[in-house]
Amino acid sequence: MRKRWLKIPAAWITPLGVIGAVIAITWVGIAFTARLWVPFDPLSQDLPRLQAPGIDTLMGTDALGRDIFSRLMTGASVTIPLALMLVLMSLVVGTLIGAIAGYFGKWVDELLMRLTDLVMAFPTVILAMVVAAALGPSLFNAVIAAFVVSWPQYARMTRSIVLGLRTQNYVMAGRLMGFSPFKTLRVDIAPNVVGPILVLASLDVGTAILLLSGLSFLGLGAQPPTAEWGSMISAAIQNFDSWWIGLFPGLAILTVVMAFNFVGDSLRDIFDPTSQVSRAGARS
Amino acid sequence: MSDITTPQTADAAAASTTPVLTVAGLTIGIGSRKNLKSIVKGISLALTPGRIQGLAGESGSGKTVTSLAMLGLLPSNAVVGGSIRLGDTELVGMTHRQLNDIRGRRIAMIFQDPSSSLHPQLTVGTQLTDHVKRHLKMSAKQARAHAIELLDRVRVPNPAEALARYPHQFSGGQRQRIAIAIALACDPIVLLADEPTTALDVTVQAGILHLLRDLADERQLAVLLVTHDLGVMSAIADDIAVMRHGEIVESNVRSEIFVNPQHAYTRELLASLPGAAGFEEASE
Amino acid sequence: MSELLEVSDLVIEYHGATVVRAVDEVSLTIAPGEVLALVGESGCGKSSLARAVVGMEKPRAGAVTYRGSEVPLLGVRRRRAQFTSIQMVFQDPNSSLNPRIRVGQQISEGIRAAVERGDEGSQPEEWLERVGLPIEMVSRYAHELSGGQRQRVAIARALAARPDLLVADEPISALDASSQASVADMMRKLALDAGAGLLFISHDLAIVRLIADRTVVMYRGKIVESGVSDLIWNDPVHPYTRALISAIPEPDGKGNLPAAPAADAPEEWRMTLPEALDRA
Ligand SMILES: Nc1ncnc2c1ncn2[C@@H]1O[C@H](COP(=O)(O)OP(=O)(O)OP(=O)(O)O)[C@@H](O)[C@H]1O
Ligand SMILES: Nc1ncnc2c1ncn2[C@@H]1O[C@H](COP(=O)(O)OP(=O)(O)OP(=O)(O)O)[C@@H](O)[C@H]1O
Ligand SMILES: [Mg+2]
Ligand SMILES: [Mg+2]
Repeated sequence: MRKRWLKIPAAWITPLGVIGAVIAITWVGIAFTARLWVPFDPLSQDLPRLQAPGIDTLMGTDALGRDIFSRLMTGASVTIPLALMLVLMSLVVGTLIGAIAGYFGKWVDELLMRLTDLVMAFPTVILAMVVAAALGPSLFNAVIAAFVVSWPQYARMTRSIVLGLRTQNYVMAGRLMGFSPFKTLRVDIAPNVVGPILVLASLDVGTAILLLSGLSFLGLGAQPPTAEWGSMISAAIQNFDSWWIGLFPGLAILTVVMAFNFVGDSLRDIFDPTSQVSRAGARS
Repeated sequence: MSDITTPQTADAAAASTTPVLTVAGLTIGIGSRKNLKSIVKGISLALTPGRIQGLAGESGSGKTVTSLAMLGLLPSNAVVGGSIRLGDTELVGMTHRQLNDIRGRRIAMIFQDPSSSLHPQLTVGTQLTDHVKRHLKMSAKQARAHAIELLDRVRVPNPAEALARYPHQFSGGQRQRIAIAIALACDPIVLLADEPTTALDVTVQAGILHLLRDLADERQLAVLLVTHDLGVMSAIADDIAVMRHGEIVESNVRSEIFVNPQHAYTRELLASLPGAAGFEEASE
Repeated sequence: MSELLEVSDLVIEYHGATVVRAVDEVSLTIAPGEVLALVGESGCGKSSLARAVVGMEKPRAGAVTYRGSEVPLLGVRRRRAQFTSIQMVFQDPNSSLNPRIRVGQQISEGIRAAVERGDEGSQPEEWLERVGLPIEMVSRYAHELSGGQRQRVAIARALAARPDLLVADEPISALDASSQASVADMMRKLALDAGAGLLFISHDLAIVRLIADRTVVMYRGKIVESGVSDLIWNDPVHPYTRALISAIPEPDGKGNLPAAPAADAPEEWRMTLPEALDRA
């Protein structure tokens, strides 16, 4: 029979999803290769200062005479991999905790969920400030601060799905056949959690990028002279007349965030049960 | 009861003999482009206000797929040919958005598997009233009263209290009755009932059959009744079509099918009744 | 003890806004090789009883013993091999199959349970054939099946685990008349051959009469009539049993609707008739 998960039916390919995927993949590609092909060293200050965009400096130069195009491209390799890592870490930790809480229930659930409530109550930026104050401001510490507050949403979501699945008859049928708890989680539960979690994760990449750039903008993340989008925008504030300094990093953030959101939205359509055979149609 | 279509005025005559829903040469295939499995092979049916059209047939013959096609709820890898007309509107090829308007309000369906048309995390009250509030523009209070009345009609015990419960807190048969109530909530003009009484014992079933008959007689509802239970078929269907391997092998008014079956499969079906001995006496 | 399953004075309650007593002091036994049918009104507590038998519901009072030892609650821990010979076919065929795993593999899990207990192995295809499905269906997913096909896959999976006690909750309700007879018959034969017990829940007295040795009729959580199936079918004593038999629509093509009982059920349906119990 046909391989359901390898083939993408035509109806799933929405214009926005495709555009999003192309842009997202392009940015990720740039992030991992930029250092090999950018025209100038992003840190060297050899160019004329505050030069408007032109032939040799595509996006102009900043107040210290650094090429903005080169900084922008290498900036991608700072923010994007860290954002992906952040999402991956939150996903793994959050899903695991949520699955355990949902599946084992009782006091395990109570304990883990109170913990997530506690963590979720922290405002991210303030927590990042606390971490920065304690460990010193650096991009890595910003990631740690963001991680602390972002895994609980995965835990919440996984837990609610698992709670719903736990009483499904097929889970019961497996247990009657003597499945171990681990096998139940792996065979009967995990495959049904993957879809919604992937959606959440792809939407979350955008959020993570915004958050990391935001923290750098505030001076809590990347430190000078590192080329990072948020701190580039923050530098633009001091040179308000030179529009190119802030515009291009701003556009970069905008496109990446939107691209990952488009991908997430179309993944949501794919995994949403109502977009398939959906008896749920009765409800609409 | 079969002469229910004898009307008083010429106008009513026209109304009650013109089909509301016409299926002509419907073909359905499911699968990939290379490996398309033909499931329904050119069937034609007409649903008339006030009449109950029975659809019987072997398990897996395509009864459910046919009714899903009328609602546009087939999986995305289905290919539909032929025509399904609701009044003057062609439903084949309509977009999801256009169909959403028709689904639930003008054509309602009772799904074969009741629990999948109920949302597990919403109370029965919410599911019944949301529907009504949106489509019939009722106030919360009116909607609640309407919901209680509906649940009472489908014989759910303690309707007022039932509104606050979740689907899993009901027995299988009670869930089926709730699904029937939801389907009837918005006064549809066409009702597709896919095995509406399989989970019910005969006394409750009798109540539901009376309800369907009354709705057809009083509100001129057009009903497609899919059932494998020839007892049920005999009790309320006005016309019966017998399906096998995706084709309608025989279609006629009820008495002819039972007394004078033409196709070998129809005869086989009648002979396989557990009470077949009793039936032969009755039809002699 | 010669009984395979013994349910004694079982009480099951659901505590929500109000207390629902779904099963009210029910006792019954099943011997090896015996088919016991449980019939009754929708909502009378059949599924609750079934779930308690396999350990999915905690009894409020009373006990369920299987081969002399109490059936443990189905917790998160792995079930002991001793009890994996109790299998269940669930009422709702849709949610009883994992949507993301192929049919064949799900049946294999049943086979594995049998092998782990030291029973002989088998192939998923054999079981599909037994329940009357084409063997190509091993590679399908549940959502690619019709209602009746799903139900048969669920039966195949339970049977593949070679149960000694099979609890089947409305296992054939979605099948057409001819498959109903053949699948019910096959279940009965398998039970008899393997010396297994079968608790067969149904609301369809006509089918029950064909396959069950004894029948138990429940009404509002209590047993109102029980005994040899033929006796109950041919000569029902309790008023509820009578109503149940007379409401079966006659497939005569005449369009006669069976009378629907009034919404408020007659008081006499609730009464206990000692002579209606354990009829032999
Ligand atoms: N998504 C799908 N992909 C492939 N085959 C499908 C799919 N859905 C249904 N089928 C097949 O189409 C045929 C008709 O299915 P359908 O559900 O209409 O049967 P049915 O007449 O309603 O039977 P039942 O009485 O058992 O419910 C079946 O053989 C089924 O296996
Ligand atoms: N989780 C629950 N919480 C509250 N009440 C429940 C719950 N589960 C079942 N009930 C109630 O207990 C009663 C018995 O339910 P049960 O599912 O055992 O009925 P049943 O005999 O299997 O009926 P059916 O033939 O309709 O499946 C019903 O009135 C039902 O509403
Ligand atoms: Mg069907
Ligand atoms: Mg039940």
